[in-house]
Amino acid sequence: MGLITLPGAVAVAFCSYLGQVAELAAETVRSVFAGRIRFGLVLRQISHIGFGSQMVVIVTGAFTGAVFTAQTFFQFARLNMESAVGPVISVAMCRELGPVLTGLMVAGRVGAAMSAELGTMKVTQQIDALRALAVHPVDYLVVPRALAMLISMPLLVGECIFFGIASGYFVATKVLGVGAAYYMANMYRFTEAEDIFMGLIKGFVFGLIIVFISCREGLYARDGAVGVGRATTEAVVIGSLSVLIANFFLTMALNIFFPAGVSG
Amino acid sequence: MSGAAMIEVKDLVQRIGGQEILRGFSIPVHRGETLVLLGRSGGGKSVFLRHLIGLMKPVSGQVIVDGVDITQLGERALEPVRRKIAMVFQDGALFDSMTVFDNVAFTLRERGERDEETIRRKVRETLELVNMTGHEHKMPVNLSGGMRKRVALARAIVWPPEVILYDEPTAGLDPIVSDSINRLIRRMQRQLHVTSIVVTHDMVSCNHIADRVALLHEGRVRFYGTLEELSKTDDSVVRDFVDGRSHEAE
Repeated sequence: MGLITLPGAVAVAFCSYLGQVAELAAETVRSVFAGRIRFGLVLRQISHIGFGSQMVVIVTGAFTGAVFTAQTFFQFARLNMESAVGPVISVAMCRELGPVLTGLMVAGRVGAAMSAELGTMKVTQQIDALRALAVHPVDYLVVPRALAMLISMPLLVGECIFFGIASGYFVATKVLGVGAAYYMANMYRFTEAEDIFMGLIKGFVFGLIIVFISCREGLYARDGAVGVGRATTEAVVIGSLSVLIANFFLTMALNIFFPAGVSG
Repeated sequence: MSGAAMIEVKDLVQRIGGQEILRGFSIPVHRGETLVLLGRSGGGKSVFLRHLIGLMKPVSGQVIVDGVDITQLGERALEPVRRKIAMVFQDGALFDSMTVFDNVAFTLRERGERDEETIRRKVRETLELVNMTGHEHKMPVNLSGGMRKRVALARAIVWPPEVILYDEPTAGLDPIVSDSINRLIRRMQRQLHVTSIVVTHDMVSCNHIADRVALLHEGRVRFYGTLEELSKTDDSVVRDFVDGRSHEAE
């Protein structure tokens, strides 16, 4: 492939990939609205995606909140602004860190598992067996995962935000000596319900991105074990990068509806 | 034995990776009979079988199942056709996250059976039919190749099909297990009166189960006829396959 044709080939491959993900999403939406929902499988996936991801999300949120608080304190202390640490942590956790960290953790833990499971089913003909038994793979495999992700992600983001703020409060007030009353008062003053809402919306969108990319990778896996490994890696890499890129555009778009720092 | 054509394949052409696998393959499959499709490994037998249930779309040609050209149908529209046809995959393709019981019960549950007592009874009866009683709670990974094929057959017939497609049912099995699979295929035809299409390169199996035989050679049907006609043919390509001659130097 020459240097001249390379950009064209990359553009075609990118558009083709987007098309496949969009087609999968459209088929999932059609399936949901046609009522082809297996509630038992949705519950099982909620347990796997939501319940099973709690520990990793809590630990990530708590320690990020703690270290972010410490670093913010060290800088703000030079300006005698220690009591402003609270709102910085809470707004950052709600608007950015909570949803992005949860998205990255879920892309790593759940996205990898999804693409590996579906990829293995693909290369061992289990998905063909489903089709041969007159069961549409999207109905049976993608719809339960997508619904479970949509329910689980905002809850996981909420959990990450809560533990990030809580650990920040603990570090600031118990370790670094910031006055608890000032910390809480400033945090309440500068943190709005819109900040939390923005985080939850982002979690919802990241959940969609992760589930469709992971399922697409699994369903298109080929070439045996090597192909499954490749699909799993790509699900995590593409899922994580998509979360980070989407986060920028979501921040810009949502800031129009929920502008930061206007009220209070 | 032969009745109306349950399945009719007309001028099927398929290319994979630039190579033409099927080059105008045409064959009728009559209702209630067992057709054995012979051919060399990698010759396109499994590819042909996948077209009969819509798992692959041909480059050109028709696959007419019970009067409907399924090559024109989308994935959703194929579902009613697939309820009539069951496929037993070469390695079983059992769902590895489910037990033997759940694999067999899968078809019943997916087709609306909600009464667990009925499901248990039907699964038990079907596993009995394939001599797999007592293995209900095992996971597929703990089964031998022959057992996996039996369970795959049980999953295929638990909701009685009109057609069963077998992809290399005796490949990789020892002669004793192969014989029991052959008997099972014969029994399915006797008891359920199904139309069967078996792709294999196992002549012992062919002689045991075939009502009619076809030989796939270079993407086309080289021979089509009864076992008796097969034994009498003087076509050198067919004779070489039947007698297992490669013509390679020692």
